[in-house]
Amino acid sequence: MTTLVKRYSSFLLVLVLLGILSLFNQELGTGVFNITVMQLKEMLLVIPPIFVLLGLLDVWVPKQTMVKFMGKGSGLKGILLSLFIGSAAAGPLYGAFPVAAVFMKKGVTFSNVLIFIGAWSTTKIPMILFEFSALGAPFALTRLLIDIPGIIIISFLLTRMIGKEEIEAIHERASKQ
Amino acid sequence: MNLILYSVTALLLLLSFLKDREKTKKALMKAWRAFENILPQFLVVILFVSLLLSILDHETIVRIIGKDSGWIGVVLAAIVGSVTLIPGFVAFPTAALLLEGGAGYMQIGAFISTLMMVGVVTLPIEIQYFGKRLTLYRNTLAFIFSFIVAFAIGTVLEVVL
Repeated sequence: MTTLVKRYSSFLLVLVLLGILSLFNQELGTGVFNITVMQLKEMLLVIPPIFVLLGLLDVWVPKQTMVKFMGKGSGLKGILLSLFIGSAAAGPLYGAFPVAAVFMKKGVTFSNVLIFIGAWSTTKIPMILFEFSALGAPFALTRLLIDIPGIIIISFLLTRMIGKEEIEAIHERASKQ
Repeated sequence: MNLILYSVTALLLLLSFLKDREKTKKALMKAWRAFENILPQFLVVILFVSLLLSILDHETIVRIIGKDSGWIGVVLAAIVGSVTLIPGFVAFPTAALLLEGGAGYMQIGAFISTLMMVGVVTLPIEIQYFGKRLTLYRNTLAFIFSFIVAFAIGTVLEVVL
């Protein structure tokens, strides 16, 4: 019980502070409350299937399979697959991090994990369809054409900048998640 | 989209259950553990985002990233995009409205790009998975990269329109 309170202490603290703030500014308080409810709804809608899929992936797909397709030596195939899986995703960027942790556990190369995260953040297919209709083809296409090489370049740059030791530490962390 | 996600998940779960009950149970336990592990941070982030969205309204955004705001507007748009976390189905129509209301394409390009790639409020979650250094580097590179995106969109749309 005490560990539970401890783990949620920052949440409780922010909640209390927002409560106090609402006493002074009721309008702001209701605004925050309404948006929180909206966001929780969205989270509860998208997040559960992502985590269930993760659990299934973890249990059913053997490490060798993932290594073969997206691990060391997977080359262009691995890069394209990472781009595709990230683009086919749904939900906000924070949903990508737990997936990335499982990928690392399964031996996907670090740069492919980063490509996956980049794709999840910017080239999600359902979002691009939406972008086309809202902002027009020139806007969406230009962004897409710049973003795809950008994602790949950033992932290689990051892998270089971080260095082997840190990458190993991150893998270690992922295996504990 | 959610329907597809749910159908696929339900189908795979059913297949898994038919094939091996024990493994399915294990998968669900893992799913729950992974979720509960990150839940405290999720909740804090959601409260902060709600506060931010309540403070920043449309008028404020138009004022800072109008067409004539130039590179300062681009920088401000990039900052606004970095600190906000708006779902795409709200962001794109908002961006379209902002363009109608006089925002520039370059500024909107920077805003959309950082909105998607840079997450200041989700930093605690990202750090939990990737550590401080990588999180900092990734967000910084994404921020810089957004200016390239903004410049490209600004240039292309000037030619096209």
